[in-house]
Amino acid sequence: MLPALNRKPLVWAGVALVALALAAVPLVLAATVGQAWVRVVNLALLYVMLALGLNIVVGFAGLLDLGYIAFYAVGAYLYALLASPHFGLHLPFWITLPLGFLVAAFFGVLLGAPTLKLRGDYLAIVTLGFGEIIRIFLNNLNAPVNITNGPQGINLVDPLKLGGFSFSTRETILGVDFSGPQKYYYALLALTLAIIVLNVRLQDSRIGRAWEAIREDEIAARSMGINTRNIKLLAFAMGASFGGLAGGLFASIQGFISPESFSVLESIMVLSMVVLGGMGNIAGVILGAVLLTGLPEVIRFTVVPAQQALFGKVIVDPEAIRMLLFGLALILVMLFRPAGIWPATLRKREFAR
Amino acid sequence: METLLQQLINGITLGSIYALVALGYTMVYGIIGLINFAHGELVMVGALTAVSVIQALMVAGLGLPPAAIMMAGLLVAIPLCMLLAYAMERVAYRPLRGAPRLAALITAIGVSIVLQNVAMMVWGRSYFSFPDVVSVTTYGIGGAVITDLQVLIVLLAAALMAGLLLIVHRTRLGLAMRATAENSAVASLMGVDANRVIVAAFLLGAALAAVAGLMVSAYYGIAHYYMGFMLGLKAFTAAVLGGIGNLGGAMLGGLLLGLIESLGAGYIGDFTGDVLGSNYQDVFAFFVLIIVLTIRPSGLLGERVSERA
Repeated sequence: MLPALNRKPLVWAGVALVALALAAVPLVLAATVGQAWVRVVNLALLYVMLALGLNIVVGFAGLLDLGYIAFYAVGAYLYALLASPHFGLHLPFWITLPLGFLVAAFFGVLLGAPTLKLRGDYLAIVTLGFGEIIRIFLNNLNAPVNITNGPQGINLVDPLKLGGFSFSTRETILGVDFSGPQKYYYALLALTLAIIVLNVRLQDSRIGRAWEAIREDEIAARSMGINTRNIKLLAFAMGASFGGLAGGLFASIQGFISPESFSVLESIMVLSMVVLGGMGNIAGVILGAVLLTGLPEVIRFTVVPAQQALFGKVIVDPEAIRMLLFGLALILVMLFRPAGIWPATLRKREFAR
Repeated sequence: METLLQQLINGITLGSIYALVALGYTMVYGIIGLINFAHGELVMVGALTAVSVIQALMVAGLGLPPAAIMMAGLLVAIPLCMLLAYAMERVAYRPLRGAPRLAALITAIGVSIVLQNVAMMVWGRSYFSFPDVVSVTTYGIGGAVITDLQVLIVLLAAALMAGLLLIVHRTRLGLAMRATAENSAVASLMGVDANRVIVAAFLLGAALAAVAGLMVSAYYGIAHYYMGFMLGLKAFTAAVLGGIGNLGGAMLGGLLLGLIESLGAGYIGDFTGDVLGSNYQDVFAFFVLIIVLTIRPSGLLGERVSERA
């Protein structure tokens, strides 16, 4: 073991190394496998935010939420409505993104309030219903007054812009050529890191411990003086707010959103990331999100060439194989690591019994 | 008045199909506490298999009577669905019996995705229209229209549910199922083989799902590899509405959900001064679910759920 005094510079060196590696990711990817992969990494960062938000509700507080994508939808639509030609509004992101954060939190409380009494799977089905209600409204609110533009969705959503600096256009900074997705990567990375720090701090806080107490035994938690109602609502609100933020970013990056992006299947996908990675463990959840975003893409890029190499032509629908392998991966990982790939230490202890 | 009667007829038909599927969810849930997300896919496999068999027999032109052709479809679909249910229990759920409940939920989702995509590889992405085995006759009652298909669906569903209740309440297997649902540890001490009971619950549910698959594809005239997912969610909603784990609750919940949906579709425009149209029928159904669960947190017929970590 190194003496304590000498350890500090080493820690900083490590941090610097990780920062350098993270900063190099989009440049290396673009140089080796192409710009498409920078987009995949951006998507993965969005899913990391979503998974961390859902982890607060499911992993920390133990409330099974099957309609989480609704908050993503709220954030995305709020951003798109306030910054697109649809209403002719073009508010800057420092208004729209925080607003999405707050409104999503409000929706979180709106969902949480009537469901406080419900337990386990009853809660699951109500949250699922809530998610569907939001999606159906988004799909149908084009008549009698056109608010969401219905199934066609909203087009030409403004990209992130800071003064004259737009995140969507290609430009050369300090002699290095940066594409739109590459610039977005840094914005997403900064926000993701902020959310990670916030989550780590939350987990070890009084609130984090209260969530854990409710998850383990609600009645015992209440008799220890925890205000279970407020603490549960707080979990819903905080989880939802990260979803809302990610939604706003999604709208700005894609430039187009429609209700199709917010189906039950998406909620289930984010839940799979949380559980497969290791519910309640922040590092595990991040790993789960990155793996489950990356895996289908890797399969997508390999299935067609593999079939062509083997049979000389594409025999089986690549989309079907992609999802089939994805489903098999879910089953196999859970069979061999039922607590997730990287479980929280507490869960690991439970398993050792 | 005619609309009311018509929506009641449609609602009861749809509701009895939901009830059959909901029973599969509720039996498995009642015994091992698992939301079997893949149950809806069994309905889909049942529907597509039955449609394929019926189509093949009609093309073959053996001159079989329509009832025999339908029966043949069922006789292939039911064992296939039971086999799939057995396989998924053995491979994906049994190894996780002692694991945290969410782990099994995720494997169930995995199984659902796998079945859906295997079905897509086998049957393709296209919609299958239900072959015209029998021409549907319509009868008018008090201004509303009822088809013989609807009557058949409701009667068959009622008979199957009565049969299931007989099995659960009058046979030794049923006794073992109820005992395991009540307390599986004590039931095993009394000599009940828990694995046998669980497999039985899966098999019974799968048989009902296969029949429901044939019914729903005949009723809507269409079958598709994606049809199981939404139907499964609806049926699960019905099971929760009635009180999950409770057979009577699943039947009641299924019928109610069918009625709510069709009445909602028929009247939602009148309620809201035509601001919301029938495209909001699902919103209506989920809204009723939320209200019911707020007032009765364990569903209509469910008992107070005990604390579960």
